[in-house]
Amino acid sequence: MQYLQQLELSNHYTRTAMSLHWLMTILLVCLFAVGVYMHELPLSPWKLQVYSWHKWAGVTAFILVLARLAWRFTHRPPPLPINMSRSAEFSAHAGHALLYVLMIAIPLTGWLMSSAKGIQTVYFGIIPIPDLLAKNKELGKLLREVHEILNFIMAAVVIGHIGAALKHHLINKDDVLTRMLPRFKR
Amino acid sequence: MNKIIAILATGLAFSPLAQAAEFNQIQTEKSTLGFVYKQMGVPVDGSFKKFAAQLSFDPAKLNIAKAALDLDVTSIDTGSDEGNDEVAKKAWFNSKTFPRAKFDSTSFKALGGNRYEVTGKMSIKGRTQIVTAPFTFNQQGSSAVVDGAFVLKRADYAIGEGSWSDFGTVANEIQIKFHFLANAGK
Repeated sequence: MQYLQQLELSNHYTRTAMSLHWLMTILLVCLFAVGVYMHELPLSPWKLQVYSWHKWAGVTAFILVLARLAWRFTHRPPPLPINMSRSAEFSAHAGHALLYVLMIAIPLTGWLMSSAKGIQTVYFGIIPIPDLLAKNKELGKLLREVHEILNFIMAAVVIGHIGAALKHHLINKDDVLTRMLPRFKR
Repeated sequence: MNKIIAILATGLAFSPLAQAAEFNQIQTEKSTLGFVYKQMGVPVDGSFKKFAAQLSFDPAKLNIAKAALDLDVTSIDTGSDEGNDEVAKKAWFNSKTFPRAKFDSTSFKALGGNRYEVTGKMSIKGRTQIVTAPFTFNQQGSSAVVDGAFVLKRADYAIGEGSWSDFGTVANEIQIKFHFLANAGK
């Protein structure tokens, strides 16, 4: 009995990993939606507010992804189902690695873009985050493009991530999706 | 070597600059008129590209010293094209109706050492206020560098009306920084 419980535990993500996963899901979806919405706004106090909130949320996402990576390196995630093909395993690992890279690169480009546009990022309007780049209009425009492109790549990878989870649940009928859900679901 | 020193010393002794001189030729291309405004807690730099400054300043004759500034409001650079378009509007500088801003000194005061203070009338957007600005005056041969800063409250001149009148997004206090290079008159 004890052995079975342990086996079941090891096949589940830790509560921390699940919390970070779902917290970031909400945060990143909101950040993406706000990002798409805000850049077309005419200049107004509202626009300046929304931009600041987007930046603060972006810094928060960056901190959370670092915490998540630290947790991941110190806590082994449950293994993939044994019946997966080599190529499916590779895709799963590559997809996850790409998500992590994007979760790091997107806030970084946002921060650099801010600096290049001459507007420092000040976390919650209190903590100034140093500018790595001096003001440079052209570089600011370029970084804006990079930030946008990376976001659309991220959106595509996230759709693939959801698709893969659903395929595991509905077609393979394994626990890959449910093990990321809180316990009470089962 | 001694000869050179002797020649230099003689030159200095006979130069009118060995005594107090009046500095009255502003080198516009080597002078700057900038400002720092805070938006959502973030300090952002801006400047005026076109201005005409007049100075007649002799540290020994403060009672007859004069300073005047005439600046082209449309030459403002707020740090972004979007911002520049916005501040030309009625709610901000209304630069169609009020294309120029002016400063005329009324008095000077010595603060000790190379520090002085100028008081004068500042007119922006048809409104005039008395402002006082401390500055340093550093003579280097036949030229002098004037550096100073003061805080201007935008609400005193109705700069930023309507939805912008709330100081939560753009702070009321705008720091004005001036740097003038002046040559001594002949």
